[in-house]
Amino acid sequence: MFMPGGNRHFSGIRIKAGGSEMMIDTSTVGLIQVEEDTKILPPNVIITTFDKIINWGRLSSIWPTTFGLACCAIEMMAVGAAHYDFDRFGIIFRGSPRQADCLIVAGTVTKKMAPVVRRVYDQIPEPRYVVAMGSCACTGGVFRTYSTVQGCDTFLPVDVYVPGCPPRPETLLEGMMKLQEKIRKEQARWSPWR
Amino acid sequence: MAVVLARISIPQKGMDPTEIAEKIKEKFPEQVVEVTNFRDQVSVIVKRDGIFGICKYLHDDPVLNFDHLQDLCGADYHGKKDPRFEVVYNLYSIRFHNRLRVRAQVPENDPHIHSVTLIWAGANWHERECFDMFGIVFQGHPDHRRILMPEDWEGYPLRKDYPLKGPAIEKDWPGFTEVLKRSQELKEFEWEG
Repeated sequence: MFMPGGNRHFSGIRIKAGGSEMMIDTSTVGLIQVEEDTKILPPNVIITTFDKIINWGRLSSIWPTTFGLACCAIEMMAVGAAHYDFDRFGIIFRGSPRQADCLIVAGTVTKKMAPVVRRVYDQIPEPRYVVAMGSCACTGGVFRTYSTVQGCDTFLPVDVYVPGCPPRPETLLEGMMKLQEKIRKEQARWSPWR
Repeated sequence: MAVVLARISIPQKGMDPTEIAEKIKEKFPEQVVEVTNFRDQVSVIVKRDGIFGICKYLHDDPVLNFDHLQDLCGADYHGKKDPRFEVVYNLYSIRFHNRLRVRAQVPENDPHIHSVTLIWAGANWHERECFDMFGIVFQGHPDHRRILMPEDWEGYPLRKDYPLKGPAIEKDWPGFTEVLKRSQELKEFEWEG
């Protein structure tokens, strides 16, 4: 990253990468002369933007908290196991919401359970994402009753809705891939001025 | 030549359920209201005052020996029967393989009945659930609280006159409305692309 320093001598080159133009401080990077009048960047120097590298890191290591509420949780465990294998996406279940950055609401949310779900979400540090898994978490499903919350989006900001009763493991995988797409498109979420 | 030893255990023949019902009727003539038989399922409908005595007798009598309470549940016959509620005891004798159903009538005003936790300890949670869902008070219960619904929930959900969709929004359970309120307050801190 190019930082214009006060009275430091600056020798830089102007390059174009990914549609954006940027300056590279050659005094710190150190160009390599391959032939006369031709200098190139040294190997293992990659030029990118904050958005790209941070979003790539986030979407490649979504760590959901281990939290299941009903039969959807069984399906979620099946996706976590070897046959469907969440680990190949870098999705690893964490035992504590404080180590996680994603909440998969897997199952029926009852009104008695709603404060607990909200507390688990509040404990997750930013950036955090919510996946509503199954009909019950999306809309309340067949349970239009006195005790059931009609969709967990009434009290949580849901990023991805995964339909199904319960969803097939492939469906949940598709939902997580949708979440990865969403993270990939984020802009300046790392910024303190967001 | 292999010798095969086969041990056949023939269950001891107990009494026929209809006989048991007759026996209860003889012993507690003022308590038994009716004996019904539907597809060989015998039910003894009794008044609530004698429930503890009848259960104690069914449990302790060596000929009957109903040592297992399979289930205890409530029933609401709102607008169909009077008295309105019934507490249903499904009994089983592990020794004699007998089944018997005892149903105790509980009126709508002042719904209470004696607890049977002293006879079958397993009745503890069943009675709590029955209280939670129907509002029937079990006298002498060691831990008389709600078991499924939140402790400050108003109303008894499995009563027939309880609305299916629950109370109106403004009368909803305060624990849930609090969560909705808090999520609205915290909404300004959410990141929106």
